[in-house]
Amino acid sequence: MTAKERILSRIRTAAVPREDYFRTETPVQPASIDLFCERVADYRAIVHRVSQDEVSATLNRICEGRRCLVAADFEFVIEGAIADAGFTHAELVDFETTITSCAVGIAESGTIVLDAGQGQGRRAITLIPDHHVCIIRADQVVSSLEEGLERVMVTRPLTFISGPSATSDIELVRVEGVHGPRKLEVLVVKA
Amino acid sequence: MKIQLFITCLNDALFPRTGVATTEILERLGHTVEFDPRQTCCGQMHLNSGYTDEALKLAESWLDVFEGAECIVSPSGSCVANVREMFAHMGEWTQTPGLVERAQAMDGKLFELSEFLLKFGGVEELQPYFPHRVTYHPTCHGARALGLSDSPEKLLRLVEGLEFIELDQKWQCCGFGGTFSVKNADTSTAMLEDKCATIWDSEAEYCVAIDNSCLMHIGGGLKKQGKAPKVIHLAEVLASRRPE
Amino acid sequence: MSGGGIRPATSFTSAARETLKNRTLRANLGFATRTICAKRERVVDEIEDWQATRSAGAALKDHALANLEENLLLLEKQVEAAGGTVHWAATAQEAVEIVAKIARSHRISEVVKVKSITSDEIELNDSLKKQGIEAIETDLAELICQLADDSPSHILVPAIHKNREEIRQLFATKLGVEIESSEPHRLAEVARLHLREKFLTAKMAVSGANFAVASTGSIGIVESEGNGRMCLTLPDILVTIMGIEKVLPEWSDVATLMRLLPRSSTAERMNPYTSVWTGVTPGDGPQEFHLILLDNGRTNVLDDPVGRQTLRCIRCSACLNVCPVYQRVGGHAYGSVYPGPIGAILTPQLLAMADENANTLPFASSMCGACYEACPVKINIPEVLAYLRGKTHKQPVELAAFQVAYWVMSDSRRFSAALRGKRIGASVASMFGLVKGWTDSREMPEVPAESFRDWWRKRDR
Ligand code: SF4
Repeated sequence: MTAKERILSRIRTAAVPREDYFRTETPVQPASIDLFCERVADYRAIVHRVSQDEVSATLNRICEGRRCLVAADFEFVIEGAIADAGFTHAELVDFETTITSCAVGIAESGTIVLDAGQGQGRRAITLIPDHHVCIIRADQVVSSLEEGLERVMVTRPLTFISGPSATSDIELVRVEGVHGPRKLEVLVVKA
Repeated sequence: MKIQLFITCLNDALFPRTGVATTEILERLGHTVEFDPRQTCCGQMHLNSGYTDEALKLAESWLDVFEGAECIVSPSGSCVANVREMFAHMGEWTQTPGLVERAQAMDGKLFELSEFLLKFGGVEELQPYFPHRVTYHPTCHGARALGLSDSPEKLLRLVEGLEFIELDQKWQCCGFGGTFSVKNADTSTAMLEDKCATIWDSEAEYCVAIDNSCLMHIGGGLKKQGKAPKVIHLAEVLASRRPE
Repeated sequence: MSGGGIRPATSFTSAARETLKNRTLRANLGFATRTICAKRERVVDEIEDWQATRSAGAALKDHALANLEENLLLLEKQVEAAGGTVHWAATAQEAVEIVAKIARSHRISEVVKVKSITSDEIELNDSLKKQGIEAIETDLAELICQLADDSPSHILVPAIHKNREEIRQLFATKLGVEIESSEPHRLAEVARLHLREKFLTAKMAVSGANFAVASTGSIGIVESEGNGRMCLTLPDILVTIMGIEKVLPEWSDVATLMRLLPRSSTAERMNPYTSVWTGVTPGDGPQEFHLILLDNGRTNVLDDPVGRQTLRCIRCSACLNVCPVYQRVGGHAYGSVYPGPIGAILTPQLLAMADENANTLPFASSMCGACYEACPVKINIPEVLAYLRGKTHKQPVELAAFQVAYWVMSDSRRFSAALRGKRIGASVASMFGLVKGWTDSREMPEVPAESFRDWWRKRDR
């Protein structure tokens, strides 16, 4: 018997009784942008609330004097920012900041989710540079985890981000920044 | 109310004072107290030590004795929890016909003493008097398994002359755990030391609880360390009266 | 070694006797666990109906386990459809062999690892080493343990037993870097620089999994530091070892899990990073993905109607933090990569209740119930402990004592007789086991002049 057959036959022998199981429908609730911003900021990420007109100026200001990377299909124009041209990992090390959009924001937990969609690029570009700036439109913010999961493309690579990288491994003291970006800024664009 | 007293084997043998106090409280509240001498042990000690077959038989005899009673009160959170929770579990484990139903039929009939007093009231009328500094240790089975949390403290606050001191780290187990205190004596002792230290730091004269098993352990630890605070069961505090 | 396996080398009692002597450990642990418990309460209180959320978690896991075969087969199908390869490993050895074979086929002698207790369970690092393959731990705490040649003592914070100064010295000697301060952020920086190089050059990564979704073939890893993302994104080859009980049926089920897990583990609303991937994605991340589905005793657990709730465990470690026994003896006393209350029930069951040392673990509890109260998937740990105690062999002396006690207690006349007059002292001592272990640290209670039943009988007359 193969390992697979052995395992499956043992599962069958265990004959765990099945019971009815119902998933509760979570009602769609209007998301609170305030709560989202508050919870993102709780993780010591920097939150900017801007209007559509202010986006470019704000991004330019954040990126000034920094070597900036954006996804190839990023929708805003930033002076001096370089679009991802399939750089090697070693080359990515030379970028200080990456700017992306995201798929959804979850107010309940203060989480942004990247799903490799428009303006987000491949995972490595938001990982290697030490500073990640993420833009989210107010209408991308949902209230619950359930709603958030519904909005992403599950079969693409997903990254759920709740604040900058952190560890509490030494005496349970929280330290921001170990391997992932040590600085996270989130631009929330008003509707 | 007609109340059948579930004294528990440990109280019967070692802490009759608690049983006497419980009887007195219930009678002064106007209840009729009965004691069925066929009762022995609910089987907790056997169950806890891994003697499931023996525990099961003791559980069944316990039900034989108490099933007919309309109301049962016991001065032990731990033993009540054993009946309420573990009887049904044992029934499920061993597929013993009827045991789960028999155990569930005790719901609403069997009470730990403080639970009974809080539910039916009347403690003020007893005019308890205990002019001492007192702290309260919420024993685990009472606080968690019975869900009493620290509610028995409310009863202590009704006692005249009593100065109540909240115990630091009160939710920490004292380390008794029945067979655990013998089998893993070193670990049990480490837990006991910490509990004794908080009691000592509270500067209370008495540490009160609703379980004499834990109190026997804590009291034994305090005495061994030559520390002053004494232990006393809640029933004995509530039964105390101002001297005539 | 940073592995460890699940077979305790001694009984819990004697291992605990040793670890209890270490006062520094007890102080570190006491501080750490108290801090995390207080934080946990705050984020749990924020949830409107935490009890209902726990029940939902328990029901979800039960449902997933009741349909385990279908879930695993669907998972396999979906992972393969997305370009991954699925392997099945009935034992630890089989799993290790699969990993080694993948490494060998690519001539790889160094792999980076994301913290995974499952890999520690199968002693992956040691076994790979014997085959000339170096496994480098990238989680800060695991790195600390690996450098110290020490085993993890906590599921979530494996180096909880080490303080900052110990870590500074360790980094200084093992990594050869002068570190002027033992501030945690400085130490983290040292680890960052040390591992950066490894991440950028590693060809192969090995990870565990926090969950898998059968319907989509997606795998998820929950972490804080970003080392997980590094391992899951930068190398060319990714091998994930997952216990078969981790599979969930649907993508939406992940919401329930994610509401419970970070709060119960790191006491946060959400952990910094959760990565989810499905097979391979051209142009993004590893282009070769292997999923190893591991049994290694889990089907023993599944086979027991009472014990099977143990498989609901999401490895959050809340039960460790609240456990008064764990707080004092620390993780090493449990002799297995699974410490604390979950270890006390999981380890002996994985070993089919056939390992004498592991069978002492269910007795490592005062039955205080704090673990059950904290467990996000409502595993009734005290119930399982009591149940498993019944499945262990008893020492003849003890057995005899309990049989005598039973003989007395099973008959009210015998019981009454035992409590009469002067006999109380001796019979009580033997009945309640108040023997040497007891009187070492506690005085015996005073024996009353008469039992309650004797008092009652006189009063009745
Ligand atoms: S048993 Fe429960 S509390 Fe303990 S680690 Fe598992 S899920 Fe968490």
